[in-house]
Amino acid sequence: MSIASTTQQICFLVLSATTVVGSLGVVLLPSIVYSAFLLGGVFLSVAGLYLLLNASFVAAAQILVYVGAVNVLILFAIMLVNKQETLAAIPGLLVRRLLSGAVCAGLFALLLRVAFTTTWALPGPTPVGEEATIRIGEHLFTDYLLPFELASVLLLMAMIGAIVLARRDVFSTDVITGEPADQGLIEKDRTPLLIEKSAAAPTLLSKP
Amino acid sequence: MSIDVASPIPLEAFLSVAAMLFCVGVWGLINSRNAVRVLMSIELMLNAVNINLMAFSNYLDGQLIRGQVFAIFVITVAAAEAAVGLAILLSLYRNRETVDMERFNLLRW
Repeated sequence: MSIASTTQQICFLVLSATTVVGSLGVVLLPSIVYSAFLLGGVFLSVAGLYLLLNASFVAAAQILVYVGAVNVLILFAIMLVNKQETLAAIPGLLVRRLLSGAVCAGLFALLLRVAFTTTWALPGPTPVGEEATIRIGEHLFTDYLLPFELASVLLLMAMIGAIVLARRDVFSTDVITGEPADQGLIEKDRTPLLIEKSAAAPTLLSKP
Repeated sequence: MSIDVASPIPLEAFLSVAAMLFCVGVWGLINSRNAVRVLMSIELMLNAVNINLMAFSNYLDGQLIRGQVFAIFVITVAAAEAAVGLAILLSLYRNRETVDMERFNLLRW
């Protein structure tokens, strides 16, 4: 990378501060919408960290997939399940939070100790820099060909699974009681598609 | 402070940021009441792992950048996980009419 080292350090400090503060905001802010937008900011600054690590292709993939797809998907999920509900108080919630905070701080200390006491094999080989995209392409079509194809199958499975799980007009029977159960509890007054087709099927409207 | 020209940022700095991100993700995963926020915490943890992979790939494996290939696969799996997770969340919300994690207690011990 041809940026001066001081500039790199300043960029690293700014990006890591954004990442850490943004992630704290994601888990701590009361409003879930603010959390989702902060999550997008965290993804962007992580992409900036990747650029500092000579990985322009992965940074672009990070922005495309995380900011463009995952974050938008999360925003849509927030809009779809947007119900204002008052959460019931739980006894010992503060104790639980403090306890888990202590456990996480311990984990953080452990990870830091491992990172700083291990003698890494530095300096390693010189980074390839701008040729990284070419190397990734070579890897994906030679020694990582099978995982690459499996990833496509996985994405297809995830797509079909998401459609099947989230579709609304599935009409099935309850396992325990045997009576017809409707997934679309929210839209009770809307007749499911499968019921319209067959008149013999029991209607949901007669259910109490 | 002595600045090495080849790598002005030490490897441990990247590892520290990733460790912090991972721990924040774990805390959010345990303590979130909203199910959407749990999914966000999982994404934070996956990003922390990716930062680690990329840092090791750049500093220790600069020629065969295998860590970057792994990071791409992790991003792929994370996308699939987000799609299926949000579909499950939507289905749960239709059945229980809530996203409060404390009320999804059917499998509780």
